[in-house]
Amino acid sequence: MADFLFYALLAGLSLAVVAGPLGSFVVWRRMAYFGDTLSHAALLGVAMGFLLDVSPAIAVTVGCLLLAVLLVTLQQRQPLASDTLLGILAPSTLSLGLVVLSFMHEVRIDLMAYLFGDLLAISPTDLMWIMGGSAVVLALLVALWRPLLAITVHEELATVEGLPVAALRMTLMLLIAVVIAVAMKIVGVLLITSLLIIPAAAAQRHARSPEQMALGATLLGMLAVCGGLALSWFKDTPAGPSIVVCAAALFLLSFVLPRRGV
Amino acid sequence: MSAALIRLSEVCVTFAGQNVLDNIELNVEPGQIVTLIGPNGAGKTTLVKAVLGLLKPTSGSVWRKPKLRVGYMPQKLHVDPTLPLSVLRFLRLVPGVDRAQALAALKEVGAEKVIDSPVQSVSGGEMQRVLLARALLRKPELLVLDEPVQGVDVAGQAELYSLITRLRDRHGCGVLMVSHDLHLVMSTTDQVVCLNRHVCCSGHPEQVSGDPAFVELFGKNAQSLAIYHHHHDHAHDLHGSVVSEDAPTAHTHVHGEGCKHG
Repeated sequence: MADFLFYALLAGLSLAVVAGPLGSFVVWRRMAYFGDTLSHAALLGVAMGFLLDVSPAIAVTVGCLLLAVLLVTLQQRQPLASDTLLGILAPSTLSLGLVVLSFMHEVRIDLMAYLFGDLLAISPTDLMWIMGGSAVVLALLVALWRPLLAITVHEELATVEGLPVAALRMTLMLLIAVVIAVAMKIVGVLLITSLLIIPAAAAQRHARSPEQMALGATLLGMLAVCGGLALSWFKDTPAGPSIVVCAAALFLLSFVLPRRGV
Repeated sequence: MSAALIRLSEVCVTFAGQNVLDNIELNVEPGQIVTLIGPNGAGKTTLVKAVLGLLKPTSGSVWRKPKLRVGYMPQKLHVDPTLPLSVLRFLRLVPGVDRAQALAALKEVGAEKVIDSPVQSVSGGEMQRVLLARALLRKPELLVLDEPVQGVDVAGQAELYSLITRLRDRHGCGVLMVSHDLHLVMSTTDQVVCLNRHVCCSGHPEQVSGDPAFVELFGKNAQSLAIYHHHHDHAHDLHGSVVSEDAPTAHTHVHGEGCKHG
């Protein structure tokens, strides 16, 4: 197997492993739009990275984390509804990113690669970032699984039972920010949320427990990565969109299969 | 006084310049059932939140016995339909609970048959029992119940109230509950606190029901008062306290120190 294909496969699979459980939380807590906003802001992170001459991977991670903190703060401090706020921030940050990039004439970047991903061009350094980031996020998710589930079910009940709800909520958002920063290289800023949401939504119909849904989403995500890469390899299609198309096909398939008796 | 589980003194809560709670004094002692009654918008839920520590009063103090274990039963539980969660798994969100303990708690509240059902499919009355079971799993010293009989038919309501009394007897815990079913709550409670932003009157049910402040609050617009009076007198006789309606003993405490209606 060609090296670049092997790297792409490893990167895609390690992302799918964390996207399963994290995406399940995104679905349960209705945070899809939140993820979308963060991913749009990732491009601004890239631009800032070039401007300040730091590695895009670091710039994007820091940018996503900052935006997540900003969002939580804004949600608490002013009366606009969350979806309005997100609807302002998502296009603004994306546009700001594009405008900043246009000022830097010396920088020639492949915008398409950032918007839709460039999985087949992943370097060993990128791969280390992706696998390292995924491992950290997965470890935290496993460690905090029950408290995170408890605040998802009922925040006030969780508070009374002594859980640090605000800190947990913030942690979940930061985990999503890290995954988005990591995933940008793989499917691009415009397609990241699909990788979080589609496998989780596909697993939902056939799961009987939160853990089953998270695990099912992971398996479906891995299947989508393999399928997408195969499609890209044999038919020369763009890798990121091919993975998303495979995930969407699996989602449709989950409707055709009979639901397990409840 | 020193045996109290919670003690609120001079608690005021202000939302957007409006006094929601004004100068509230409230104690709950072990083994005591305290019921908060009052019309819509009287601040009952706000007071419960202040007791639970979910909300910081604008002024005044909320004292809780150190390391007080609180079992909280929220008004309702809304779990996102995409989250596959069985009743058992819901109860096991309390740390250290296994199936046997969950089953025992459900048996205690008479809801053991729903243990493996998804929480979204459990009926209103059964859900109240499940929430009560979750509160019990915390081995509470204080049970806080926010409208525990909401969405339950009249026969079921009486049964739930007597269940709460039995649980108090068995576990010796203090109970603070919110209700607006005047007639049902009276026979099962040790102390009634009649709330309309301030404490209008408080005391034993017999005393409170004769209080002019109480009559003023509920008498003008509530048809249910007539029903209440009827039921109350009836229960009164059944109690065997052999106090005729206009005997002075029943009304001595009528306008005591607890009354701040003015």
